[in-house]
Amino acid sequence: MNTVVILLSAFVISVFGLFVFIWTQRRGLLDPSPRAAEVIFAPGEIGVVEDPAGTRETVAKLQAANPSIIGSGHAEELAERARADASTAPLVFFFLCCAFAWLLVASAAGLVASIKLHEPDWLIGQAWLTFGRIRTIHLNAVAYGWAPMAGLGVALFVIPRLLKTPLVGARYAFLGAALWNAALIAGLGAIAVGLGDGLEWLEIPWQVDILFVAGGALVGVPLVLTLLQRKVDHLYVSVWYMGCALFWFPVLFLVANIPGLHRGVQEAAMNWWFAHNVLGLFYTPLALASVYYFLPKIIGRPVQSYNLSLLGFWGLAFFYGQVGGHHLVGGPVPGWMITLSIVQSMMMIIPVVAFTVNMHGTLEGRLSALRYSPTLRFIGFGGLMYTVSSIQGAVEALRTLNVVVHFTHHTVGHAHLGMYGFVTMVFFGAIYFVVPRVSGREWPSPLLIGAHFWLAAIGITIYFISLSYGGWLQGVAMLDASRPFMESVTLMLPYLKARSIGGALMVLGHLVFVLHFVLLLTTKPSGRNQPTLLQAI
Amino acid sequence: MHDETRLLAGGMVMLAIATGALVVVPYMTVRDVPPIEGLKPYTNEQLRGRRQYIANGCVYCHSQQPRSRNFAPDFERGWGRASVAGDYAYDTPHLLGTMRTGPDLLNIGARQPSEQWHLGHLYQPRAYVPGSVMPGYPYLFELKDKADTGDVEVHLPPGFAPAGKRVIALREARDLVAYLKALDRTYPVIPAPKAVRTVRTPEDPS
Repeated sequence: MNTVVILLSAFVISVFGLFVFIWTQRRGLLDPSPRAAEVIFAPGEIGVVEDPAGTRETVAKLQAANPSIIGSGHAEELAERARADASTAPLVFFFLCCAFAWLLVASAAGLVASIKLHEPDWLIGQAWLTFGRIRTIHLNAVAYGWAPMAGLGVALFVIPRLLKTPLVGARYAFLGAALWNAALIAGLGAIAVGLGDGLEWLEIPWQVDILFVAGGALVGVPLVLTLLQRKVDHLYVSVWYMGCALFWFPVLFLVANIPGLHRGVQEAAMNWWFAHNVLGLFYTPLALASVYYFLPKIIGRPVQSYNLSLLGFWGLAFFYGQVGGHHLVGGPVPGWMITLSIVQSMMMIIPVVAFTVNMHGTLEGRLSALRYSPTLRFIGFGGLMYTVSSIQGAVEALRTLNVVVHFTHHTVGHAHLGMYGFVTMVFFGAIYFVVPRVSGREWPSPLLIGAHFWLAAIGITIYFISLSYGGWLQGVAMLDASRPFMESVTLMLPYLKARSIGGALMVLGHLVFVLHFVLLLTTKPSGRNQPTLLQAI
Repeated sequence: MHDETRLLAGGMVMLAIATGALVVVPYMTVRDVPPIEGLKPYTNEQLRGRRQYIANGCVYCHSQQPRSRNFAPDFERGWGRASVAGDYAYDTPHLLGTMRTGPDLLNIGARQPSEQWHLGHLYQPRAYVPGSVMPGYPYLFELKDKADTGDVEVHLPPGFAPAGKRVIALREARDLVAYLKALDRTYPVIPAPKAVRTVRTPEDPS
């Protein structure tokens, strides 16, 4: 009883402290005036839509759907933004090329692993193709390849724009990215030959991790240097997310990978502290920062409520860090830790609702923009999936539901809703926006962008529904001791096959995406409407 | 103003709170829990087998953490009593797992002590468990025309052995089976250490 009282009062005090903290931040650090939300626009630019991935017609329709007064943007500031874009272009281009390559590796590995779960005798002759290794290659290629390369590439593009200053020291980031990719190749090789560490999300051996740390630090250097050079008074909300994510991740990665530090049950607690936070405090903030930048920028309207963004940010920073223990519900770890994680999982609803209300308010009356802007369609889908997956994750942590879904494929469906439906879709959208700006070329085919969107969206929908429903049945079967265990295995088969179909559609979408990128690079930039779009920066 | 400093300081404090709760406090309380009486350290062979378990990713489908009877029917399935921190005193890295695509394995050694069963099951799971989705691991075995002295031959059920060939377990397979057979936490958990029992108040006659 005493423990409960202590826990409860500690919780109440910390939540109270959090709100006091947010309030002080609001008074001092981050001005509540709407000006802070307007830093993404040049003076007079509010009302101007921007989507480099659209065609002249769709951009005109997008603008027509926007009833506010059209400004033209302050020429000096626009020139400044053009200089910021030019300073990041080669670097961002390099990051995105790496992201495309890892996307293909991860897709192939994921599809093979998925098929193996219902065709267990397929490709078993080679050790590196066994389920346990190819599945791990899939996870690591996403976690350390696609997601950080895309996320950091977008961050390197957005941050100089937001700070209204050119990127300083890009060559450090080039070297860092090269080291990082070399490390990932070595790490995936180690997993393939069976030298993995054995901790989920931390399989890459610590010797290789040293390279990641060096590479990551070098990528961080230009961002810190640029931050010191900034010319804006207000740090826009995207900068909070991106800035903190870039400091959070090294702490997580270092603490988790120090050899010999963790042992036994404590190591399990640390394992899920890391694995959940790498999602919550690295990929999620990078993707949310992208939503906060691109969504208002595309429709030419500032974020509705700056105070809600504050609540969303600090709520995420406070609550998300402590939810990892819900991966060990029912396990041999201290009970208070699991209770804490379940409570904080539920509290995550606060920042998620804050974000959702804010984005809904910003888009209100402009929903037709989703039809005309390919970038916005991806980002809108991703933002919506952030809400859905976060609410689902919060509810899933509750003991009564967790006991059913804990060890099942339901969790796999949830993980993909977050990592694909939300993070990856947002990065897709951001890449459609960024590539024309950094390459000076336009996407050749709106049709291919549409194909990519629908393949990805339909694919993840099939994926998520089949695993969520099948996983639930699997959990119910496992909880009924009168049914043999094998029943939970065989009943999953049709759902695992459906997952492979969904996964295949997603992979097809990625092939379209990469093919389109190659077409963009190889076709002559004589573009039908290039001047119109690329001049308006 | 130094907005960045305040932003990052705030962000790092948030992370420090989380790290304190989920890493530091468990480090101080459950990292060095002594092994429970009855739990033996792994032999070299078993440790090599544990490496195989890790290398081939068994943990992605098999948990090693039976839950308590008032929570889930793990005990009724024969997977054993709820595990406690002391059961994992020799487990580095931990292999608790988060999936049960296959059954929990913390007590598989007690449930299935036959080396031949395990070897054959690793070679072709469907020879023993119809409908299993576990992959076979033929690369842990060698096919020979006839077994040499010292070879461990696997005797598969009729119809599953390759025609005219002998299936010989490589050392990796034998190590892995040694580890699986060592997974046996059926000893009792000692209830309370002496130190607690000596502290008695006069009101408590027990």
